[in-house]
Amino acid sequence: MENRQNPERPDLRALFFGFSSVGLSGFGGVLPFARRMLVEERRWMSAEEFNTQLGLCQFLPGPNVVNLAVLVGKRYQGVFGAIVAPVGLLAGPFAIVLLLALLYDRYGNLPQAQSMLRGIAAVGCGLLFAMAWRMGAALKDKVVFLPFAALTVAAIAGLRWPMPWVMLGGLALSGGVAYWRLGRK
Amino acid sequence: MIVGQLFLEFALLSFVAFGGATALLPEMHRVVVENHHWLDDTTFTHLYAIAQAAPGPNVLVVTLIGWEVAGPAGALATTLAMCLPMSVLIYLLIDRWESFAGKRWQRAVSLGVAPLAVGLIFSGATLIAQAAGLGWAGVGLVLATVAVSLRSKIHPLWLIAGGALLGLAGLV
Repeated sequence: MENRQNPERPDLRALFFGFSSVGLSGFGGVLPFARRMLVEERRWMSAEEFNTQLGLCQFLPGPNVVNLAVLVGKRYQGVFGAIVAPVGLLAGPFAIVLLLALLYDRYGNLPQAQSMLRGIAAVGCGLLFAMAWRMGAALKDKVVFLPFAALTVAAIAGLRWPMPWVMLGGLALSGGVAYWRLGRK
Repeated sequence: MIVGQLFLEFALLSFVAFGGATALLPEMHRVVVENHHWLDDTTFTHLYAIAQAAPGPNVLVVTLIGWEVAGPAGALATTLAMCLPMSVLIYLLIDRWESFAGKRWQRAVSLGVAPLAVGLIFSGATLIAQAAGLGWAGVGLVLATVAVSLRSKIHPLWLIAGGALLGLAGLV
């Protein structure tokens, strides 16, 4: 496994630019680009390592890619790496998004801008439904766990309960069921 | 003052952001639109649309929200609040965490969290659909997007560009 990896440890500069390329190339989620850069192009980690680290980042709350950048940065350059990698990831897109915000503030009231944004929002909404569908289809033991997804929708979208409480309660219930089922096998 | 409040609200949210910032849409809407009236429904939907059309991690929708509420300081506050707490925590916990790999409770939590994340994303989608004030044509575009996205491997950016054009043409 060791020999498949790049023997050179990325320095701070490499971390910064490696992750900025990831941040700037991804539209609608940059994870696939992060994988390509880390595993295939620069070979900073093996495919298995990527999966484990990503699993951890997806398990924990917070922006997954940012957490991943922190882990990769820490691994190669300690605390400075853990700062430089996520900053590299976010700096470029942050600037672009602010530029778009300026344009929106200036031209957002134009009817053309309004109708264009409404079209994009409709597509974005469809992409969200599709993403929920795909994630739901990937669930294990659907009969057992899909009802928890439905309960979450009822509590958040229907009853408008505050999310921290819904997540705590939901995690206790659905995690409890998962724990029980893992013990039976 | 409002910047500090933004920071606190979003930092709190970052601890329950299972499924990333996208899963937070319903709760951000609740905090920003319903509780504090910092933004209205239309602006919130527009910001989501802009974030969709821009490159970069999904988390940047919080940057836009921060900007619209409190300018540059707001943008910085929401972005840092969303990224910093979990980054610090993951930095401190990673070594200990790896020694728990494969433990029963750890697998139970990751199994248990997955359906909740599905529910959160679905709720976010219904919320955007409501807040966008879509007519029949808009609902049709939403459904068409779902169908195309699930059945083909087309890059989402093309769909977004298509949505922009249909919108510009006044069809949505």
